[in-house]
Amino acid sequence: MENKPVYFDHAATTPLCKEALEKMLPYFTEVFGNPNSQHAYGRESVKAVDEARDVIAKIINCKPNELYFTSGGTEGDNWALRGIANAYKSKGKHIIISHIEHAAMIVTAKALKKEGFEIEYMKVDENGFVDLEHLKSIVRDDTIFVGCMMANNEVGTIEPIKEIAKIAHEKGAVAFTDAVQAAGVLKIDVKDLGVDMMSMSAHKIYGPKGVGALYIRNGLKTQSIITGGHQERMKRGGTTNVAGIVGFAEAFKIAIRDIDKNFEYVSSLRDRFIDRVLSEVPFVKLNGPRENRLPANADFSFKFIEGESILFSLDLAGIAVSSGSACSSGSLEPSHVLLALGLPEELAHGSIRFSFGKHNTMEEVDFAVDVIKESVQRLREMSPLFKAEGEIKYV
Amino acid sequence: MYNEKVMDVFKNPKNVGEIENPDGIGTVGNASCGDIMQISLRIENEIIVDAKFKTFGCAAAIATSSTATEMIKGMTVEEALKVTNKKVVETLGGLPSQKLHCSVLAEEAIKKAIEDYQSKKNA
Repeated sequence: MENKPVYFDHAATTPLCKEALEKMLPYFTEVFGNPNSQHAYGRESVKAVDEARDVIAKIINCKPNELYFTSGGTEGDNWALRGIANAYKSKGKHIIISHIEHAAMIVTAKALKKEGFEIEYMKVDENGFVDLEHLKSIVRDDTIFVGCMMANNEVGTIEPIKEIAKIAHEKGAVAFTDAVQAAGVLKIDVKDLGVDMMSMSAHKIYGPKGVGALYIRNGLKTQSIITGGHQERMKRGGTTNVAGIVGFAEAFKIAIRDIDKNFEYVSSLRDRFIDRVLSEVPFVKLNGPRENRLPANADFSFKFIEGESILFSLDLAGIAVSSGSACSSGSLEPSHVLLALGLPEELAHGSIRFSFGKHNTMEEVDFAVDVIKESVQRLREMSPLFKAEGEIKYV
Repeated sequence: MYNEKVMDVFKNPKNVGEIENPDGIGTVGNASCGDIMQISLRIENEIIVDAKFKTFGCAAAIATSSTATEMIKGMTVEEALKVTNKKVVETLGGLPSQKLHCSVLAEEAIKKAIEDYQSKKNA
């Protein structure tokens, strides 16, 4: 086979867009000043960072001084959760997050539990949507933090963040959303959503790796987790990643400029892919909803076979995807997201996430479906589970 | 993470399938852990003349199944019982550390298939 490699893992990361790269380049060499410096070099860098902050603030409808640049989504999640836990522990120690958060939230919440906080999880239904009635039933006067991702990274479910924030506020809790997968894909207005904090990352939207931002509503009390110099208005120490921030703003600007076009195009790739897999591959389950789903995301469980072996079969054919199986993550547990959706472990082990991007083509989608059909059949012929159930159901 | 040899074996595994009316068969692992391995044997005069496998699992599990069945073909039952997971891994040129448990499964499946053979013989 001499097919060009196919990249269907945009939820993991995206290539840097040319516009962002070009905008970034001078900030590595010519305009290298530390924004903390008083001299002309420093001032030039400050100008670039201020401009980037203005661009992003405008996009999400906040004030520039409500944005804090970070190293990415994980730092934003950590800062939001720990910052509120530390700042509000005299008010209460009850924290609510969803069962399908990113590890950056779940692992941090587990660490806080060891420090004496009470962690409760809002339930999700079989498609990954937060059960708002359940949330209403567990939020309390001493709840200090309610956090839910805007769109799930594994199964693409778009959550009702506005409603979740409203429920949080009725009890005076801080409402946080992780918008790492949603920013640049969905239109976000933090004031309309009513969230108090929101984390974002650049590299999911054709920006550079290692940079992101946390929105913190003015007036909200929080604590820093990275202490040091005077950067980010004394809230986040560490030398400012000037080139990264410039690239983030440019990539975000491009993503918003093309948001409708990309949404429609990437959705069309996803829909054809999902339709073909569902109709042409037997014993397959689509994880996550058909509606209110990220345009880029398709996640399937292939019965009788294991995800990592599917991943490498596709990799051998030049198709890059990711898997929710335990074997590919290095842990012993399969995806916590799929288990929260109620999948049996066996199906969670057999899951593959396909995430499309603006550079993908319909030809690539069709090629991938053909390869999947072959690979899945080949692996099933090797599987001791297939014989038992397969033969009966194939009649 | 996987070396080229492992990927080669995963791409073209040997001995896939199940021997009809086997002299010994063993299945180890379970679906909730993400690994099931079944090895079936044809044994004549205490010599393993054929071995086949069926595996639900990752690339490492499939590669070790193939390699282990290749290794034991032609061995006496006594020799096959001495095949360790370490030898299987060595033959594959090494596995990532978090994948070593897959090779244990191969060793266990061989032992279980031979136990099955011996219990049938003694029955």
